[in-house]
Amino acid sequence: MSTTEKAPAPVTGRGPGGSGGALRKPRRRITDENGRRMPVWEVVLRYGLLLAVLALMIGPFLWQLSTSLKGPHEDLFSSPPKFLPSDPTFHNYERVADTIPVWDYALNSLKVAAANVVTNCVGAALAGYALARLRYRGRKAATLVFILAMLVPVEGIIIAQFTTMRELNLNNTLIGVLLPGCVSALNVLLMRNAFLNVPYEIEEAAFVDGANVWQRFTRIALPAVKGTLAVVAIFAFMGAWDDFLWPLIVLSDPERFTLTIGLNYLHGTFANDERLVAAGTVIAVLPLIVLFACLQRYFFRGVGEGAVKG
Amino acid sequence: MKTRTADRIKIRRQLPTSPWLFAAPGLAIVAVFILYPFVSTLNNSFTDKRTLIPGEYVGLANFRELLHDDMFWIGLRNSTLYVLVVVPALVLLPLLLAMLVQKHIPGITFFRSAFYTPVVASIVVVGLIWVWMLDERGLVNAVLEAVGVGKVGFLSDQWLLLFSAMAVTVWKGLGYYMIIYLAALANVPRELHEAAAVDGAGAVRRFFSVTVPAVRSTMVLVGALSSVAAFKVFSEVYLMAGPTGGPAGEDTTLVMLVQRTGTGLTGRVGYASAISVVVFVVTVALMLLVLRADRKEDA
Repeated sequence: MSTTEKAPAPVTGRGPGGSGGALRKPRRRITDENGRRMPVWEVVLRYGLLLAVLALMIGPFLWQLSTSLKGPHEDLFSSPPKFLPSDPTFHNYERVADTIPVWDYALNSLKVAAANVVTNCVGAALAGYALARLRYRGRKAATLVFILAMLVPVEGIIIAQFTTMRELNLNNTLIGVLLPGCVSALNVLLMRNAFLNVPYEIEEAAFVDGANVWQRFTRIALPAVKGTLAVVAIFAFMGAWDDFLWPLIVLSDPERFTLTIGLNYLHGTFANDERLVAAGTVIAVLPLIVLFACLQRYFFRGVGEGAVKG
Repeated sequence: MKTRTADRIKIRRQLPTSPWLFAAPGLAIVAVFILYPFVSTLNNSFTDKRTLIPGEYVGLANFRELLHDDMFWIGLRNSTLYVLVVVPALVLLPLLLAMLVQKHIPGITFFRSAFYTPVVASIVVVGLIWVWMLDERGLVNAVLEAVGVGKVGFLSDQWLLLFSAMAVTVWKGLGYYMIIYLAALANVPRELHEAAAVDGAGAVRRFFSVTVPAVRSTMVLVGALSSVAAFKVFSEVYLMAGPTGGPAGEDTTLVMLVQRTGTGLTGRVGYASAISVVVFVVTVALMLLVLRADRKEDA
């Protein structure tokens, strides 16, 4: 993944990385991968296409944001459509909070997402370490259990998961929302692979120096897989914050809704109030966009690692 | 070398219970909340269990009922259509997008991130954004009217609804698969393109004779991932067509049917489990099909 992100070292003339080098020159020359100057028509075509796709991918978000900022007297359906609110107001956000306990829902989502990060990081790191490093009878069987669990399509077992939750008396609780995914098999296998890629010799040296299993795990192995751990943390947060089907099934009491279920409820009940629904969606999506803007690298890295295993 | 082997043996002997202590939390969660529900889904599919009634063994009665259940066939049809439309789009479009953002031209990191944004958003947010975009009085229809096409009932017609949901699935997935392809494209030897260009191959020709063969294994991976996901579609259709699946339930997908049948106080757990079993079987079949298609092309 990272190979595409890093600008290659400057190279003069023909050769790989010519484009990366060209970017650093004071006069920005747009070149192709051979270091040749890109013809003007290609530059125009590329940026034209990029901007068109940009409008398609980001436009709907901006339109939603714009709708949420439009006041009660502004026509939403004006023709031609108006992209900038004439008199921007946060009034709709106050109205969402008056209509549904949106901040409580956000807090519920945050609780589940934060707990999901902790349980996945701890649980997957521990289990991944046991699968990668520790030698014991039944290790292959344990690995197989996680591989099988990864292959089970969650959508196919939700009813049985719900029945299990009821037997445990945990349906309609946030714990019930959290539990089924709190140590995901995919994350365990990701951590296992990460530990396998750390040279074993360092841990052996630590062992010779008298470090026990726990010390080797926390002081040597864990710091070596920080990157993968960050990926697990981010995807655990995003997965829990964005999840819809499972909370929809397990939560029935409106007081315990997470944000996604609350939004669905808002849409189902006040579908005709576009400003209200728009404000609700902005509240739900903004934290993740901020998170993404700050930690992009790990989001992209996670796609690569997840796809290889998934 | 010898001492190292000796150390390994000692490591192995130390604290025989600790490996299980490390693995236990993960194993417990996966066993109780994934594997046990999986087995009990299989088991329940042969019973008439309901939410509040344990139920009895009924053999294949649920599966026989499926054959005569119109809603089941509607669900199977829609989920299958979803695979047929969404998968080719998600195999091809993100590849083109990846080629567009591959070159390190100024500002390209911004474009890459922007194209990934829909992946980060919750499917609920994405669904509601497009419900508003495609509304009868929404932005898309305003534009269509302005250019003289006139209004289109994206969210009222049974088929337009389904295709709109498919378009939303593709829109949300583009950035994800783009990143996967970007990594694959980075590994395509530049010399191949240069050689083909010297031989006089145009851009289109180079795409089919150089790029596609070079990223073929990635295309298979994307095909497998997206077909399994497409068959299990739930949220997009649920949000855009409503919980009952559009006009007369004609837009219901299989997973929507599982959710509708199996939940609530009168939920038919046994029957919903039988539908789930169909979902399992088709999912596994899709994976095998894609992988086999891959092997055939190899030969």
